Amino acid sequence: MVPPEGSPDELHQEAGPSDAGPPARQFDEDLLEAALAETLDNLQAIEGDAYAEIGGEAHSYLPVATETRPEALHDPRLTDVDEWGRSEHMRMIARRLYDPFYRRWFRAEWEGLEKIPVDGGALLVANHAAAIPSDAPVIMHGIETELGRPVYGLADQLFKTMPVIGTVWSRVGGVVAHPDNAYRLLREQKQLVLVFPEGSKGPGKHYAERYRLRRFGRGGFVEIAMRAGVPIVPIAVVGAEESMPIIFKSNTLAKLTGLPYAPITANFALFGPAGAFLYFPAKFKLKVLDPVSIDVPPDQARYSRSRIMDESEHIREQIQAALYQMLRERRSVWFG
Amino acid sequence: MGKRVLITGLATFWGGLVAQALEKDPSIDVLIGLDTREPSVELERTEYVRTDENYSILSRIVQAARIDTIAHTFLVVDSTSMRPKTMHEINVIGTMNLFAAASAPGSTVRDVVVKSSAYVYGSAKEDPVWFTEETPRSHAPHTRVERSLEAVEGYVRDFAEDNPHVNVTLLRFSNVLGPDIVTPISRALELPVVPSLLGYDPRFQFVHEDDVVGSILFVLDQRLPGIYNVAGDGLLPWTEVAKICGKRTFPIPPYGSGLLALPLKYIGVELPDEILQLLRYGRGIDNRRLQRAGFRYKYTSAGAVEAFIEALRLRTTVGTTEPEYHFERDVEQFFRHSPAVIRDLDPGPGAGPGLGLG
Repeated sequence: MVPPEGSPDELHQEAGPSDAGPPARQFDEDLLEAALAETLDNLQAIEGDAYAEIGGEAHSYLPVATETRPEALHDPRLTDVDEWGRSEHMRMIARRLYDPFYRRWFRAEWEGLEKIPVDGGALLVANHAAAIPSDAPVIMHGIETELGRPVYGLADQLFKTMPVIGTVWSRVGGVVAHPDNAYRLLREQKQLVLVFPEGSKGPGKHYAERYRLRRFGRGGFVEIAMRAGVPIVPIAVVGAEESMPIIFKSNTLAKLTGLPYAPITANFALFGPAGAFLYFPAKFKLKVLDPVSIDVPPDQARYSRSRIMDESEHIREQIQAALYQMLRERRSVWFG
Repeated sequence: MGKRVLITGLATFWGGLVAQALEKDPSIDVLIGLDTREPSVELERTEYVRTDENYSILSRIVQAARIDTIAHTFLVVDSTSMRPKTMHEINVIGTMNLFAAASAPGSTVRDVVVKSSAYVYGSAKEDPVWFTEETPRSHAPHTRVERSLEAVEGYVRDFAEDNPHVNVTLLRFSNVLGPDIVTPISRALELPVVPSLLGYDPRFQFVHEDDVVGSILFVLDQRLPGIYNVAGDGLLPWTEVAKICGKRTFPIPPYGSGLLALPLKYIGVELPDEILQLLRYGRGIDNRRLQRAGFRYKYTSAGAVEAFIEALRLRTTVGTTEPEYHFERDVEQFFRHSPAVIRDLDPGPGAGPGLGLG
């Protein structure tokens, strides 16, 4: 089955380096409840700061700062689905289901996690691969469990169009990649946002082209980071390419189905229909590169196109170089 | 000198409510309401003028009564309520004539409030979670109501640009719910099971009737220029909306749902394209600009749903509590203009109907 995206952001108290025993990981409901409440408090504290900075205005849809909203409105909510469509309850279930995949199947290993800011907004960018991308959940789950910070994964609206999958995707943490969404998350709510600048061209490439980065779109991610005034944190991911490699692509089928690409994967060839969901257990290695802070004033209407493209290309080259270096050091696809 | 206000669509739900609310404002000297039909709510001092739906005699009224404020509440956003052609006449041609009259030479109009709708943003897969007033819609509109609202807003923009001395406010309301209003969504929520699209659980935003009227009064009072989104706080998944109403959803297949929604028409629930699109992708509009201007909402999105369902429960148990109002021209004229009626200049709380300020 597909390991759902999304992972904990409430593991403050167990985020210490001592929690090495993955199978012994306890998902005690009470503990989680308490941790959840704490996370919510933290989030609100963060948001309070955000408003102080942008002019002290209160967010209406969140129960923040009592001095700006003297009496809270009666709000008879029955679910915990937030403004982004995420449900902490669903995310908790997803984390429980996904954790074994993260730890046992892909055996994800991080390098340079300390380079990810512990507070404030930051835009995480990574290379993108596998027919059904396996890197997004690994990165999100990884950062959320290891760092205890929620990650908002921006993705193609394609997910939103799919019945059931789209709803689950949204509940466990997917957000449509729209500049407004990214800006709000980064600048106003000071969150970690993950994007894949290659878009669907990354996962849609043939196995023969693995680890060769596609064009980084039109540099939109750089522009968003500039406007939001946040650093860009590049991440190089090795392993995703081999988890679901594309051995054949059908343009006709893609056109017929309206999908960006219609792949025949090695998984499909090997496992039959189950291959549509079953990843190969490639070893995941993730390397966080030095954050890039772009020295421009935030909130401008326009930024220099040449500057955007230069920065975008620079970040692309950095990730590409890191990937080649990691591949040089990799002895086995399955064991790292 | 007090304000002289013109209200369009006096017989509509919103026209009536806004007129009733404005009657309480002592700074308003004259209230004139236009419509093709007679008012459906009791009014004390609003003068009703019967017009055709596209207001061809409007400029004469504006000049004769020296109107300085126009509350354009007569925009149709419920495409199931009338034929497309009528809707076009009311929305597009009506607005065009209204602004033609308001911008005629010698016009005394200084404030205009237009009640538009969040339908101008559409609802598409590419949409951001929150639309701000500046966010463009993702696709050109393809439903009639959205097209006509877009044309209306075009006239509003042109008018505001050509008449910089006029204070033009454009309010975009999200879906309205409340104790009294009937919309395709409220009718859907009245069903024993609420229709939804299989596999989709989009997030909805609602605004309570009182907040709609409150925001119109607020912008009139504050003379706020510009565009404002008006919507309750928070986005609710459609299943949660049904849950607050104590109901379950009944999923209909997401493909060919336009056809499948047709039979619902026979039980009085029509789901037009713009609603089906909402049931697929939902929509959120950022309501913070109006709040920054000082407006305080009384209800959140969930609160509006709750107010709606509580009123519905009461209605189904005890029936409509108030007798229906019937407009009788002669009686109304008598109360307003007859020298025989002693008009109390400061009507107390016990002042009976018809004892207006004249």
